[in-house]
Amino acid sequence: MKTIDVSQITDTIKEMCMEANYSLSEDMVEALKHSEEMEESEVGKKVLGQLLKNLQIANDEQIPICQDTGMAVIFFEIGQDVHFVGGDLEKAIHEGVRQGYHKGYLRHSVVGDPILRENTKDNTPAVIHYSIVSGDQVNITFTSKGFGSENMSRIFMLKPSDGIEGVKQAVLSAVKEAGPNACPPLVVGVGLGGDFEKAAILAKQALTRNIKERSAVAYVKELEMELLEKINGLGIGPAGLGGRITALAVNINTFPTHIAGLPVAVNICCHVNRHVCKTL
Amino acid sequence: MDKYIIAPITEEVTANLKSGDFVYLSGTVYSARDAAHKRLAEAIEKGEDLPFDLKDSVVYYMGPSPAREGRPIGSAGPTTASRMDKYAPALLDLGQKAMIGKGKRSQEVIDAMIRNHAVYFAAIGGAGALLSKCITKSEVVCYEDLGAEAVRRLEVENFPVIVVIDSKGNNLYETSAKEYLR
Repeated sequence: MKTIDVSQITDTIKEMCMEANYSLSEDMVEALKHSEEMEESEVGKKVLGQLLKNLQIANDEQIPICQDTGMAVIFFEIGQDVHFVGGDLEKAIHEGVRQGYHKGYLRHSVVGDPILRENTKDNTPAVIHYSIVSGDQVNITFTSKGFGSENMSRIFMLKPSDGIEGVKQAVLSAVKEAGPNACPPLVVGVGLGGDFEKAAILAKQALTRNIKERSAVAYVKELEMELLEKINGLGIGPAGLGGRITALAVNINTFPTHIAGLPVAVNICCHVNRHVCKTL
Repeated sequence: MDKYIIAPITEEVTANLKSGDFVYLSGTVYSARDAAHKRLAEAIEKGEDLPFDLKDSVVYYMGPSPAREGRPIGSAGPTTASRMDKYAPALLDLGQKAMIGKGKRSQEVIDAMIRNHAVYFAAIGGAGALLSKCITKSEVVCYEDLGAEAVRRLEVENFPVIVVIDSKGNNLYETSAKEYLR
């Protein structure tokens, strides 16, 4: 049994908000550098150069990479031998978001009701996905999800007979429709299987995977590589201004599903694919 | 082609801007996004005076992150323009000459642009830290209660944009992607 005071959760989340918004993970930075070398379009190359310069400024001056500092989406993996003390865990998480967004000069982008639309003025609440796992650790994955790309995400409830070709068509149609709106080069997260909401959560989790690592499942790995090639053949290019590099990676996560279904969720992320992981 | 222009801009200026031109914009632009557009549209509908002069104006679809001490503004890149499509034709018909955003526009907006000799610029989405360096001054004009969505008067210096849709309706998003389609 391990005891964790929830104030430690607040402090951790606060720091994660800022870290995620000032700098990208190493795999993302490397992929952007590599794509600048690979891009054939002059305009595309110029855009990628500006994005790298933007990352440098954000990092040096601690200003957000993008003004859309997102809605906080947090994956909370809690070891079953952990005991939280000192208050309400969920309140502590939201408090971390509140403090992090305030201290970090991050934009308050959340409205309290989808129709009434009054800004909550502290970027809370966060979207939290809990899971209980074995052990006595807490794994936190924090993401700041921007909505330019979130708005272009799609879910398809395919039939089993649609098969892998149906999956490919679904992903490509979502990327085509997104075009310049979602700030390419993209990272495309795909959730395959589960049910309606499980597919969407898988897709979001897929975005938090290292983009240089391919799936351990042979056919999924091939699908990831084939889809990336097909997406980069669409010609959309950096910032949608034409070019070879429309996506940096396609990450696919799978889960068992029902005999009658083939859910496919496509969670599109812009080149500012922000996520930070911490273990307590 | 690289061009340097100063906002507000007239239709003599927009007539010379072609889809694909790189433009460095200086002068005054106004930021407005979803919630501000909704209020402007309501004011137009009610026949009320607008909080700033639309004639020859440039609007930037942008809601910044908060400014650190000593800086005029925080991160300040473009937001997706299509969410403003519902409101843009009415503003163009009242004299607005340019919009800065990112992403596709509707046919209704393009028609209104042609009718009013206006242009649509794209700034690089997700480059808000870099773009903030070209903004030298920012002050809230109205709708302060909207926070990041308030209308701001911005002074910009060589702010880099690209002409995506020109006043004749030529659309770079359509022509450029075709070149690299496999």
